[in-house]
Amino acid sequence: MSHPGWVSRGVVLLQRHDLHWVLLLVLGWLFLGAIGLLRPHSLRFVARGLFPAGAVLGLGVALLGAVALLAGQAPQAMVLPLGLPNLPFHLRLDALSGFFLLLMGVAGAGISIFAAGYFRSGEGTAPGLLGLHYHIFLASMALVVLADDAYFFMVAWELMALSSYFLVVSQHRLPEIRRAGFLYLLMAHLGALCLLLCFGVLQGGKWQFTFDAMRGAPLAPLWATVAFLLALLGFGAKAGLVPLHGWLPEAHPAAPSPVSAMMSGLMLKTAVYGMLRITFDLLHIQFWQWGVLVLVLGLFSALYGAIFAGVKTDMKRLLAYSSIENIGIIFTGIGLAILFAACHLPLFAALALSAALLHALNHAFFKSLLFLATGNVLHATKRRSLGALGGLAHTMPWVATLALVGTLAIAGLPPLNGFVSEWLLLQAFLFTPRIPHPFINMLVPLGAAVLALTVALAAYVMVKFYGIIFLGQPREPALAEAHDANWLERIGLTWLALGCIAIGVLPQIALRATGAVTGLLLGQTVNLSSRIWWIAPIGAKQASYSGLLLLAGIICVVGITFVAVRILAHGRFRRTVPWDCGYPWQTSRMQDTAEGFGQPIRHIFGSAFDMERELPSPSDSAPRYRIHVEDRLWRMAYVPIARAVQRLSDSIGVLQGGRLAIYLLYSFLTLLGLLAGVL
Amino acid sequence: MSPITMVRQFGEVLLAITLAPLFVGWTAQCRAWLQSRTAPPLAQPYRMLRKLFHKDVALAAGATPLFRMTPYILFGSMVLAAAIIPSIATDLPFARVADAIALIGLFATARVFQSLAAMDIGTAFGTMGARREMMVGFLAEPALLMVLFNAFLLSGSTALPSVVDAYSAGPLSINPSLTFAGVAFVMVLLAENARIPIDNPSTHLELTMIHEAMLLEYSARHLALIEWASSLKLFNYACIGFALFLPWGIATHGADGGWALLLAAGALIGKLIVFGAALALVESLSAKLRIFRAPEYLATAFLLAVLGLLVHLLLGS
Amino acid sequence: MPHSPHWIVPSLNLLASLLLLISFAMLSRRRTQRLITLFAWQGAILFTSTCLVAYSSGHKELYYSAALTLMLKVIALPWILHRLIRRLGAQWDSELLVNIPTTMLVGLVLVIFAFGLAQPISLMATTITRNTIGIALAVIFLAFLMMITRRKAITQVIGFLAMENGLFFAATSATYGMPMVIELGIALDLLVGFFILGIFFFQIREQFDSLDLRHLEALKEE
Repeated sequence: MSHPGWVSRGVVLLQRHDLHWVLLLVLGWLFLGAIGLLRPHSLRFVARGLFPAGAVLGLGVALLGAVALLAGQAPQAMVLPLGLPNLPFHLRLDALSGFFLLLMGVAGAGISIFAAGYFRSGEGTAPGLLGLHYHIFLASMALVVLADDAYFFMVAWELMALSSYFLVVSQHRLPEIRRAGFLYLLMAHLGALCLLLCFGVLQGGKWQFTFDAMRGAPLAPLWATVAFLLALLGFGAKAGLVPLHGWLPEAHPAAPSPVSAMMSGLMLKTAVYGMLRITFDLLHIQFWQWGVLVLVLGLFSALYGAIFAGVKTDMKRLLAYSSIENIGIIFTGIGLAILFAACHLPLFAALALSAALLHALNHAFFKSLLFLATGNVLHATKRRSLGALGGLAHTMPWVATLALVGTLAIAGLPPLNGFVSEWLLLQAFLFTPRIPHPFINMLVPLGAAVLALTVALAAYVMVKFYGIIFLGQPREPALAEAHDANWLERIGLTWLALGCIAIGVLPQIALRATGAVTGLLLGQTVNLSSRIWWIAPIGAKQASYSGLLLLAGIICVVGITFVAVRILAHGRFRRTVPWDCGYPWQTSRMQDTAEGFGQPIRHIFGSAFDMERELPSPSDSAPRYRIHVEDRLWRMAYVPIARAVQRLSDSIGVLQGGRLAIYLLYSFLTLLGLLAGVL
Repeated sequence: MSPITMVRQFGEVLLAITLAPLFVGWTAQCRAWLQSRTAPPLAQPYRMLRKLFHKDVALAAGATPLFRMTPYILFGSMVLAAAIIPSIATDLPFARVADAIALIGLFATARVFQSLAAMDIGTAFGTMGARREMMVGFLAEPALLMVLFNAFLLSGSTALPSVVDAYSAGPLSINPSLTFAGVAFVMVLLAENARIPIDNPSTHLELTMIHEAMLLEYSARHLALIEWASSLKLFNYACIGFALFLPWGIATHGADGGWALLLAAGALIGKLIVFGAALALVESLSAKLRIFRAPEYLATAFLLAVLGLLVHLLLGS
Repeated sequence: MPHSPHWIVPSLNLLASLLLLISFAMLSRRRTQRLITLFAWQGAILFTSTCLVAYSSGHKELYYSAALTLMLKVIALPWILHRLIRRLGAQWDSELLVNIPTTMLVGLVLVIFAFGLAQPISLMATTITRNTIGIALAVIFLAFLMMITRRKAITQVIGFLAMENGLFFAATSATYGMPMVIELGIALDLLVGFFILGIFFFQIREQFDSLDLRHLEALKEE
């Protein structure tokens, strides 16, 4: 190694006290939040001072996560003298938590620096309070992945849910935002309840709640399955896996854009983390049936999210559904990994798991980038509906250019990062014929087909998103005055866009990071090529890909073509008006709307939606067309459950007589009952 | 990189660039014969390109740089695709850069750029064309991927050159799953290249077109590049088809000296002549579908390809 | 076991998959005339595959059933059907109960189910064609599916005949064909059933002025 001495000495120093440093930085986040309260109403102090500092801390956390990942050292553990009397807080830093720290740190830094330029005064909660919630949110996510006992995990998990709830309802004067916040809180708590039960099962009768004890606890297959299902419910509710996704399209649009970015880009990933921690680390056996279940749920969520994103006309809601799609893809990878691991094919399990982890990382980049870009659009135009936007590439060139990177990345196009993870996942599907169960063998090609359809649909959705917002002519005259992002926002957006490009061009680096995780969880890594610009996860004969060379090829060919055209022909052009198809009274309102663009999807997947349409009659003087598309699952699953709960609570309400004496009687009887039980 | 490898790689690309318009011309000629029309000369596409390159571009007001970049990106990605597809030889250094899945990604990139460029000017037509193109794309792309999956399962590799090498090593027989894949592939090829059941390459009737609707605002050298790129796309699809279903004659690894390359080029031209005539025949025999029938058509292709996979697993065990 | 050249099994597999392909093509066609043509093609493939099996296994009587197939299913029945629809004026038939992609999707699931079902049988069978039992089952299921999803009477009959094709193929691939007596009996049944249905068509049309089976729904007891 040719590192200068001080670099290697620094790395050694970081390695030895890695966990301490991480904890220090996380406490730094909490501290930043707290000092915001000193001057809660000063936007300048909070935004220009604290958020950039938070971003720097984020970079530190990412660095330490990377050290934990790549140094290949044994996991570090630590006990804090806090918490319950005989259950102090346990912390642990291994490759899995290191990977998620890296993800949170890198993407969180971009979001924080953007947030420094984003928040305006007079929007709901005071800036100081917002900063407090924001930094608690960041810190609690880091603590979730560091926790090494069930109690501390739940404390961090609940802290995360609560702080994000307060962020979602920061514009609490609007009733629909309060409603979205309530729904979010409800789902978060139902999920937490499942997790609590899951940990109860995992301790296996020994009443030891550290993860170390759980790793060793012998569980019967039945109880292991129960624990797995509870974990799937709990983490699925947090991740927005269909049919537990109800809160996600409500809560994400309600929050301010940096918070949407954090929830979608980072918080959903804590659920992925939890799923991996429990399935591959705490449970020591896996069954292929679990894999099939997760695979089917993942594929269903992916397709469902993509279809709904295709018909949504609110830009943030569209992105929220796209998050469901991406979470579905991640869970597809996890399901495939469980399936392979249970069939003793560790190399392919490592491939599928790498794909899932890489997609989680990628999603943190491009989804945050797009949510932040919608924040800029929202600030510049005060419009969230796609039908009122258009042509913003002229007035907001920075945002338009950077959002284009995110759009191409999320659409899964080479040579950007979204393509790499989807490529890996498709490679993993290719090896499913090795699974020794004939039926699964045949169902899995269908899975690959669904995945391919989802990815292609995602491209459709993103063309709609980008084309309607940024291209074409402004649909309203006010859009001509839209302003571009300020410099802090530009830094944040550029950081995230660079991340998309870097992972896409040099995926080998990211594969090394995921390799450390798969090494920890499965004892196997995919083949890592010695050259940094190649990836060939199974073998060079089977498949290879190089984002860097592909990009270089595109640039070369495009450059040569450009020069050749200039030399052999010429470069003259003149500006004219667009062709009007012989109809000179065209206006910008005659461009395709978001509803129009989504029409093929409504037509093809009509049976997935609850649609209400208002068609104008031919004789109307002012014809209006209105369409309202609803989630069918909402009516079929959520509403009946809500009604049943309502009815149940009504019947319990009989107990609530309103007289104090009766209440005292209840308490007294309960006391007597408990004492009788002791007897 | 040895000189002969360079010859193979660059020769293939140059062959693709020069032959692609000729192939389109040949197909148009066959179509004209079959429909009892006077055929245009074989070199008509080249004349068209020359004329377009010499004209001045009329650029619509409000066009962003994206709009002006797109023709170059389209042309560039199609040329790159030609460098990856083993049309005459399988020992291609650049083919390692992107396997067949990445190839589909490359086609998708071109499609997305073209659709975005069509939306850029903000006319009703452009957006409509973009929407329809993306609709055809999101149905055709997975079908194509499933077709390729058939070949991947047979050869155990996603790189097209390895697929061809694996075929030529095995005994000469038609694999059952490939019959399904072949039918699906032809359907996808017709849809993706704006051919008759889905789109009509020779019409400018406004309500029925997809591909042409996206190009309405393009002129001169931009239009020339796009037309060239679409002929390259058809050529590339044909070569993918040959590699998957008729790999005979392609110079495989180890047996690809000068004569073998010449032979392979001859075989390629022969296949193209037959395929162009067949394409014209299919197009002349079928009628254009209503746009709402297009999903049904493409879903059929998709399901056939999946069926091919199932048949492979059924019979192959 | 008699001689069987190495090309026999691949070509039988190919023919089997073509049979399946035609079944799916039948599911996706709207016009009755196309259906009849496809049915004739199915018969031709069946004829070829039976000949191949007869050649490779040395069962001479299979040649007779192949000839029977050729005469009945490739020549006679399609010809009669064509005449029938011309006389009934029922060339156009685009009424489907379920749209085509959904039907094909259901068909796909049926293929998987058939495969699962055939797995144990093909392990027991000793014929060289045992892998194709799953396909034969799938052809039967798909023909059934076609009968379910079509509304017109003639398509029902074609579905019925296609189902018999599947059964015949299953028999040849699992056990080198049924005994000749049974085969002749089935052929006779088929013909008789076919004529009865033909007479029915004319009666139905006399009664309702259409061949749409929805009209039969009115016959139920209130």
